[in-house]
Amino acid sequence: MNTVEAVVTREMDRTPSGVSVALKRTWQLRMGVFGLVLVLGLVGAAIFAPWVATHDPLEQDILARLQPPSFLAGGDASHLLGTDQLGRDLFSRIIHGARISLMVGLAAVLVSMTIGVVLGLIAGYFGGKIDALIDFAANAMLAFPFILLAMTLVIVMGASMENIILALGLSNWPIFTRVTRIETKKLREQEFIQAAIAQGLSHLRIISRHILSNLAAPILVIATVEIARAIIRETFLSFLGLGIQPPTPSWGLMLAEGRDYMLTLWWLSTLPGMAIFLAALGINLVGDALRDLLDPRMRQS
Amino acid sequence: MRTYIAYKLMHALGVALVISVVSFFLLFYTADPAGMLLPETADAADIAEFQKELGLDRPLVVQYADWLGRIVLQGDFGMSWVAKVPASELIGVSLWPTIKLALAAQLIATALAIPLGLLSAVKRYSLIDNVTTFIVLVGQAMPLFWLGIMLMIIFGVWLKWLPTSGSETWVHLILPAVTLASFTLPLNMRLVRSGMLEVLSQDYVRTARAKGVLERRVLLKHAFRNAAIPLVTVTGVQFGALLGGAVVTETVFAWPGLGRLAVESIQVGDFPVVQGVVLVLSAFTILANLAADIGSAWIDPRIRFD
Repeated sequence: MNTVEAVVTREMDRTPSGVSVALKRTWQLRMGVFGLVLVLGLVGAAIFAPWVATHDPLEQDILARLQPPSFLAGGDASHLLGTDQLGRDLFSRIIHGARISLMVGLAAVLVSMTIGVVLGLIAGYFGGKIDALIDFAANAMLAFPFILLAMTLVIVMGASMENIILALGLSNWPIFTRVTRIETKKLREQEFIQAAIAQGLSHLRIISRHILSNLAAPILVIATVEIARAIIRETFLSFLGLGIQPPTPSWGLMLAEGRDYMLTLWWLSTLPGMAIFLAALGINLVGDALRDLLDPRMRQS
Repeated sequence: MRTYIAYKLMHALGVALVISVVSFFLLFYTADPAGMLLPETADAADIAEFQKELGLDRPLVVQYADWLGRIVLQGDFGMSWVAKVPASELIGVSLWPTIKLALAAQLIATALAIPLGLLSAVKRYSLIDNVTTFIVLVGQAMPLFWLGIMLMIIFGVWLKWLPTSGSETWVHLILPAVTLASFTLPLNMRLVRSGMLEVLSQDYVRTARAKGVLERRVLLKHAFRNAAIPLVTVTGVQFGALLGGAVVTETVFAWPGLGRLAVESIQVGDFPVVQGVVLVLSAFTILANLAADIGSAWIDPRIRFD
């Protein structure tokens, strides 16, 4: 084979053919659908928890404690995923746990998104000293080990669900500020914004009508991914005993309780962790699909 | 370049100062050492005496200046309220295990991310590319502490290949390091892949190929060297996240590092130790960011003039 041929074949090897690109697109589509199914499952479990669950998640039955799942040897059909150390039905607790996780995830992101976007808009739109100040604050926050900050806030404010939401929300706003600030700066230079300023429209109107509407897509994509991260972080705080308090069914708390039985009853820590994983996976997949849909430029990479 | 470094240094110092203020006031404003450390039978006089002993009767600003001065000048973080030894001693003992864990994890993550990212960029849409995409997806959704527990169950309890806790030998390091590596691997891998994809479409790569340079040499020397710049930057920038992951990992594996020290101190309300750890971890993060800033400006002069 001569050199030219080698270069050509190499080039063909490297450039994805139309077929493989199409396959990739279908694969992405399938993953998006899979993610949607997981998210619908999560939301469905959260909304319809009392009807989906087979037992009261708090009801204890000491005689039937630490039962294996029904699909394992010694399992009982009345407890689909078995029971925990107090004889509570694991399946029902996981279903009700979806409620806690989703609520904390959504509320925490709402807090950080609101703070982050407002600060990012102010910084990006007005520039100058206020911009430098906000950028500096965001950088300082990012240098603070996140998990320690959230733990400190929970300790300072006390471990209740509202405070966990606040702690997770207050420590994560710089993510939103960074993107909003940079995008606002770019938009500010665009002609239609310059025209709006020249028309004498108020700053508030320009920001809310012209800038924010152009930022909705990227912010939505980040928010989706951040919900998954907030869910994981809540479960970790609860795992450490600094989050949701017993007997409320939080996945992290259940995992921590199950860890004591790690040597023999592996499913007690495996199943709640699986719930966290599937919830986060579903949300991330939907986030990816949203990015593809909302920003066609991202499709190539 | 000198102006750039000076500017970044000032910035880093400012951030460090803000963090010291925040961590001091956040904890001291709400902490109640008397309620924590004195027996419940203590009366008002006991409490007043105790607070005087700790210097808590002085104005907060004075306490802050005193506290910061001791840290900066003497490396003195105050006495641990629970262990009754200098907090710096506890922190000093925990420092090395955390550094060891973080380095091992970063090493594993980088060692996997570079070949996988490279291959998936070169053979786009191939099996290896799909595997890489899959690892990224799973890695981002996996709670670290759950992964740690699963690894313990599989490799420690079932297969009995590896110890699940302890830190005496390097064998003990394997599971925690792999767990922590899974935290940074997805991002690193994605960076190498997208960096390579971008560079491979550049003219100078085409020129190298047209000259008949060996493909391996084109990929490693011409393409990867340039694609590695974002990897260097991000490794520095995400160092704080890596330390946060270390906190999680250490707690799960009972690894005797700074993270576990912080978690345990938070749980018993040992504030001087918590503050010390927060400051040390933040200092590491700031230094890593600084190194990344200066490093990438050195590699890529365009950054300096931004």
